[in-house]
Parts: sequence; structure tokens; C-alpha cells
Amino acid sequence: MERHRALNAFITVDPELSLNQARAADRMLKNGGSRPLTGIPIAHKDIFCTKGVLTTCGSKILSNFVPPYDATLIKRCYEEGMVTLGKTNMDEFAMGSSNETSYFGPVRNPWDQFRVPGGSSGGSAASVTARLCAAATGTDTGGSIRQPAALCGITGLKPTYGRVSRYGMVAFASSLDQGGVLTQSAEDAALLLNVIAGFDPLDSTSVEEPVPDYGSKLKDDIDGLKIGLPKQYFDEGLSPEVEVLIRDALRVLEDHGAVLIDIDLPNSELCVPCYYVIAPSEASSNLSRFDGVRYGYRSEDYEDLVDMYMRTRAEGFGDEVKRRIMIGTYALSAGYYDAYYLKAQKLRRLITHDFERAFELCDVIAGPTTPTAAFEIGAKTSDPISMYLNDIYTISVNLSGLPALSVPAGFAGDLPAGLQLIGPYFSESRLLNIGHRFQMDTEWHRRIPGGFE
Amino acid sequence: MALDKQTIYKISRLARIHVDKVDIDRYASQLSTILDFVEQMNRIDTDNVAPLSHPQDRVLRMREDSVTEHDRRDDLQSVAPMTENGLYLVPKVIE
Repeated sequence: MERHRALNAFITVDPELSLNQARAADRMLKNGGSRPLTGIPIAHKDIFCTKGVLTTCGSKILSNFVPPYDATLIKRCYEEGMVTLGKTNMDEFAMGSSNETSYFGPVRNPWDQFRVPGGSSGGSAASVTARLCAAATGTDTGGSIRQPAALCGITGLKPTYGRVSRYGMVAFASSLDQGGVLTQSAEDAALLLNVIAGFDPLDSTSVEEPVPDYGSKLKDDIDGLKIGLPKQYFDEGLSPEVEVLIRDALRVLEDHGAVLIDIDLPNSELCVPCYYVIAPSEASSNLSRFDGVRYGYRSEDYEDLVDMYMRTRAEGFGDEVKRRIMIGTYALSAGYYDAYYLKAQKLRRLITHDFERAFELCDVIAGPTTPTAAFEIGAKTSDPISMYLNDIYTISVNLSGLPALSVPAGFAGDLPAGLQLIGPYFSESRLLNIGHRFQMDTEWHRRIPGGFE
Repeated sequence: MALDKQTIYKISRLARIHVDKVDIDRYASQLSTILDFVEQMNRIDTDNVAPLSHPQDRVLRMREDSVTEHDRRDDLQSVAPMTENGLYLVPKVIE
């Protein structure tokens, strides 16, 4: 980890905690009582609260925040006996697709250090890609697990909304946020999902739905599986190099007996505009808690209470976060609510209907995770809209609360690209099964960038 | 929707985010670009569509009306910028 500091994948490492957890894991393994992932090294996105360990969410406003409690996901990993290696870098408050909005600087893509790793779980993706850890946790509000997984050539799973507890996970957009995993394979993702999935009374959006053993169906046959290909995911926005890889990947699944059918998601091109009303609106409400009173950074220079709020937030938040809070504030303000927020919520139903209709025709939906491979650091920072469009194939999944998996589909030159599989609610087992079958026949997920072997 | 300086000032007050005078024009142009972009939503007729606020259309779970939290004031206040005798300190509000 020390040798690869230039990646900037970690915000905090705590060797003492890691060593203590490793010793505890050794004891569990020796004395019995060990669990499947006991002793496995894991990195956690710095959005999950860790008791006694700095949790910044990539922001100056939380740059001094040491939580007095653990997130449920963290607690479950501790109870499993997993060894925490550190807290990974991320876009500030998970708002970004390149990890460039982090207060702690950009993360570099291990495949090409002049390129972004994707975001917002960029540090998690880079650390798994560089094999600094066996697996990492992430969160996905508009693609923040799948997009970096695709750009780094690893596996990323965004579970069904409500599947993994959000207690202790810093909130960005509460009707979209979902915790998940970034791993070296679909099989690893299944094992880790077994640890973190399940009902949590501390999260009001946690779903009381039985948790299967996600590892038990990995090898199931996919003969006769109907895979829907949305024509909107293969239009002119998709780069030809990525399209070739996706078509080749689909052929691998066809060889296993899967059947490809064309489907239509007519409202999907409006998912990005819809998302950029809903997510900032929810963010403007969620982030109102950062006021310099109860935790985090407080400005040193202010005149009165309101001025203290305004200066604390102006100094504590970065540009992208401020833009989104202000867009959300405007969209929710008197006189504009119907035109923006309500309109977006209605569109959200149409987008969700599209998926419901599609799943009457097919078992899963497949396509590219991103329109292009990783772009260069700095290439899109001055144009928010071009940055937003990176998530064009991932965002509608969040609007509809569906689970989706990204698996490495091959390389465009030296850069990886991802195949995205989207399933109906709670179909994680099926998605992981398809991903695993694919990885039994391909080697893409085993490739390690030069210098990290 | 092109936002003018006055509107940016108003949003900045509502959002409790101070915006320096020199940055007002930049915010006005960036936020206007984003609003123009999201207004593509208007291409679709949604007149008879009910809004969707929960992705699976679920309602929030109810629980027994019983005490589930114990007193963690000291714990929670340990990370506050300024406290005294269990109270959060802020600049004087009433003269």
C-alpha cells in the first residue's frame, strides 16, 4: 500500500486497527468460530462511518469527523472477522463520476495513471484493481459502483434498493443510495454480499426480504436465459471500441445457451435529466445537516449565526457539491417544485414502467456499463453535463431501485470496459450466476495492470 | 431557464451557502446550463402519471412506539466544534 501511494486510493489507513483485526482473525481461525471471509483484507469507502476512525466522505466539511458509531455494513464485516485495510478515497459526498471532486485529490487509474478510475467509488475500485485488497465496499447512487468497476476492469455489484443497510452510510440521495461491493470476481461479490445483505431495524428503508446464500447458485445453467438488449444502450452515444467488446461478451453468453432479444426502454434517454433533478433535490435536503454546529468543520470567521452557516458551508463544500445543493434548492423552491421535482418523479415512474414491461419479455437486461473507457484526468472537469453523461447506462437502474452487476468485458487498447447485467428486484443471485458463468469462460477479470502483479 | 444574479443570490441564501460576488456570474451560467439540460424532461407528456417517490413504490415500515435509543449525548457531542454543559454553542441569536 505504501509503494502505491501515488494512486491516492486511500484517505485513511490505520495499521494498528488492521493488525488488531488480523490478530483477532487468527484467533477465530485457530479456536474455531471462523466464518467464510474471516481474515480477508477489505477496504471501505470513506462514506461508511467507522467508530474511532476518520470518516470524511471525501469532503473538507467532514475532514475532522471521527464517528462515535459504526455503520451496520462495517459492523457486519467486523463480525465476519474481515480485516480493514483502510478508508478509500471518493468523490466528495459521492457526487462525481471520476473521483476528481474529492477534497483529498483525484485517484489514479492503475491501468493508466493519467486517467480517472471512475467514481464515485474510485478509491475502492483502484485498490481492488491494484490488488491492494481482496475486495472493497462502495455505494451506488447513479452508477458509483458499476462505473468505476467497469473503468478499472473489476466486478461491481449494486444490490436492490433496500437490500443492504444504509445505517451509518453518509446520505446523498436517500431514494437512490445503495451500498454494495467491488471485487475481483462475481464469486467474491457473492461471498461478500452474503456478509452485508439483510434486514436492519436501524434503517427505515431496509427491506424485510429473506437473504439467500448468494454463493449457492453461481454454477447454475444459463441455457435458455432470455437476455434483453435495449436498443437505446447501443445507439450513437456508445463508442465503437466498447460496442465490439460488449457484442463479443454477449456471444460468450450465447454459447452457454442464452438467447438475445431486442427490447425497448423508450424513456431511458431522459434518465440523466430526471436524475439531475431528483438526486440534487434529495442532496440539498440531506446535506442541510452540515451546519458547523454538531460535527465537522466550522468556519473561523463569521458575523452571526446565519453567516456562520453560510461561510461554513461555502468553505466546507467543493464546487460540484455546491452546484448540486443549489440546483436541488431551486428545484424544491416555491413556484418551481411542480416544474422540476414533481415532473422528475413522474418521469421516474415512466422509466420504471419501461423496465417492468421489459422484464415481461426477458429475464435480464444486458449492455455496456459506460459509453467509453476511462478518460484522462481533467478532461471533463470544466463541463458538468459531459461528466453527467458518463452515467447514461447506469442511472435508470437507481431510479427504479433495481440490482445490477458490471463484469469486465475486455480491453479497448489497454483500457478495460464493463458488461452491465440488470435484473428484476432481488435477482442478485441470478446476476451473480450469469457473471460467474461468464468469468468461467473469460480471463478479463484475472488481468492485473503492470506493476501491480 | 437563464438564472439572473438576483436568483443566484436568493438560492444561495436558501441553501445557506455563501457565494462571493466574483463567483455569481459563474454560478449563474453553470446552473442555467444544468437547468436547460434537465428541462429536456418536458419533451415527455406526464399529465396522467402519478409521481414515484420510492423506487419500489413501498411505504416506510412502521415499528412499535417504544424507546429504542439510550442516552448517547456525551458520545455524540464529543465531535461537535463547540459545546458547554451538554449544549451546542453557536453565535448569539438574540441580543
